[in-house]
Amino acid sequence: MTIFLQLVVTGIVVGMIYALAALGFVLIYKASRVINMAQGYFVAVGAFGALAIAQVTHIPFVLAVIASLAGSFLLGILVERLLLRPLIGEPVIAVIMVTIGLAAVLRGAILLFWGAGNFGFPQLLPEAPLSLGPLIVSPVHLGALVISLVFLAVFAVFFRSTTLGVAMRAVADDQQAAQSLGVSVRRIFAASWAIAAAVAAIAGIVVGSINGLNADALSFIGLKVFPAVILGGLDSVPGAVVGGITIGVLENLAGGYLDPLVGGGTKEVAPFVVLVLVLMLRPYGLFGTVEIERV
Amino acid sequence: MARPLVLSDCGNFKVRYAEEAALFPNDVGRLALGAFLALWFLGVPFLAGPYLLTVANLTGIALIGATGLNLLTGYTGQITMSQGAFMGVGAYAAAILASRAHLPFWAVVPLAGIVAAAAGAFFGIPSLRLKGLYLAIATLAAQFMLEYAFVHWDWLTRGTSGYPVPAAWVGSWRVGGERAFFWVISVCAVLITWLGLNLMRTRVGRAFVAIRDNDRAAAAIGIPLFAYKLLAFFLSAFMAGVAGAVYAYYIGVVVPDKFTLDLSIDYLAMGIVGGLGTALGPIYGAIVITVLPEALRALSQALTGVLPNITTALNALREAVFGVVIILFLLFEPEGLADRWRVTRAYFKLWPFSY
Repeated sequence: MTIFLQLVVTGIVVGMIYALAALGFVLIYKASRVINMAQGYFVAVGAFGALAIAQVTHIPFVLAVIASLAGSFLLGILVERLLLRPLIGEPVIAVIMVTIGLAAVLRGAILLFWGAGNFGFPQLLPEAPLSLGPLIVSPVHLGALVISLVFLAVFAVFFRSTTLGVAMRAVADDQQAAQSLGVSVRRIFAASWAIAAAVAAIAGIVVGSINGLNADALSFIGLKVFPAVILGGLDSVPGAVVGGITIGVLENLAGGYLDPLVGGGTKEVAPFVVLVLVLMLRPYGLFGTVEIERV
Repeated sequence: MARPLVLSDCGNFKVRYAEEAALFPNDVGRLALGAFLALWFLGVPFLAGPYLLTVANLTGIALIGATGLNLLTGYTGQITMSQGAFMGVGAYAAAILASRAHLPFWAVVPLAGIVAAAAGAFFGIPSLRLKGLYLAIATLAAQFMLEYAFVHWDWLTRGTSGYPVPAAWVGSWRVGGERAFFWVISVCAVLITWLGLNLMRTRVGRAFVAIRDNDRAAAAIGIPLFAYKLLAFFLSAFMAGVAGAVYAYYIGVVVPDKFTLDLSIDYLAMGIVGGLGTALGPIYGAIVITVLPEALRALSQALTGVLPNITTALNALREAVFGVVIILFLLFEPEGLADRWRVTRAYFKLWPFSY
């Protein structure tokens, strides 16, 4: 039972990170119907950016994080303006491939500047684990949980009560109607990419402080996003959060209980098995909009 | 020759649909192809050095897989992100059939293709309900599941330690060395290209194109969607499997990390760069995507005098250039090189009266 709880708690922490990455993914999909294969590299760029800024300028780490978030925000705007806007109205495969191309470019840039090695952030929280009853939780995990929760709350408020957030929801709902009410759809597209990149950067920094920085490990989060968003529903923000946490817990449980039986690797594959099952049984996910095709 | 050669048609004299569907509009193409194949099979192996033959062999293998992708994604419109994994299935099937069942080369390659095709059809089942990017995500999942199987089913695949493949024998001729493989791979590539091109001229090929253009309309005129989509997955994975089987013989040992998502993405890039849904697209795509890293390597070696660290950054550079090439093609040449070739040819054909 303790093992089970421990796996669940770790899973929730991991899931929160998936939820953050998935949130950005869903934001882009909701606004512009683009699936972003480069989300994982937004995660990696955010984390490595914070590291680079901290190392080069020697400013306090918290400021470096904020600077990295701002940089990711700009990167998102730039990507939307240069790559996605010319492809509006092109077939799905062109849009998917341009984000794959972007992923390759970002990967190349990370490998060029840092290489494939492992890096670490400066230690902010004490290392000694805390015991909560029978469970052992490290302060970093707890910090990650808190940070993720804070940002998810911030986004909930953002979508509910700010002008931009409401405008984004309006565009996601009906582009033409939003446009006729004076919402600039182009600005909303740019904003969704910018916010997605920034949220991904947060996820990256959180992972970086838990597991250290490695280009492959960070970018793999971008692929774990797919099971999360398909489970939650591609166009549902709460779905992204629920899906992310579910996938995190699920893969931890699979890793804990199935790995000894089949010899490793279930953690990587279990989310994708879930993904296929969801696609077969309920393609619009738990909270997604059911699309009905009419001729 | 029973009829006179037609070298240039000065008008539209077609009276039957079969003439419209002919691969070559006149005999110039036939003669050029004949000359090219003669040069390719009899000239190139003796003129080119081992390095160039290696590049040609890798291009030939890529061409086989890319033809499969073009069939599925280009003509049938089903995006696949698991072509690399199906190639891996073919490679493992070849290794197992050759070393455990002791089958000869000519039997192993098509059988491995069929094994991969069965896997392709299985993972094509979601296409019944899914399309567009949902299907792309489903095939992405297929890629990861197959990768998992390659690494972790070590009773079958011997995991990360790799599966050795015995030497290929065609009759009493042992296929070894770059030149021998050049002939074998080229024959396979020509056969698969021929198969792919002619398939698109048949009833099945027309059904594929109809499904791509509008699946509901295709269903309305009586094309069984699911059967044809599965068939497209089957044929595409068959070609990937053949590519994988030939590749397995070529490199001699099958290891899982050759068949990752990166390979599937390489194949998609070949489709985009060459031009999806065009006859010659896979050829251009396979050449560009295979030659690109080699050209970068040559370039970085040439530049080591100026920039001593450039060879260590080669891998990173390869990724970045690969991404930039895909992006530039999508933004500025979305129809691929095949379309550029068509436009260039039309320009010279009509020159100087280009209107």
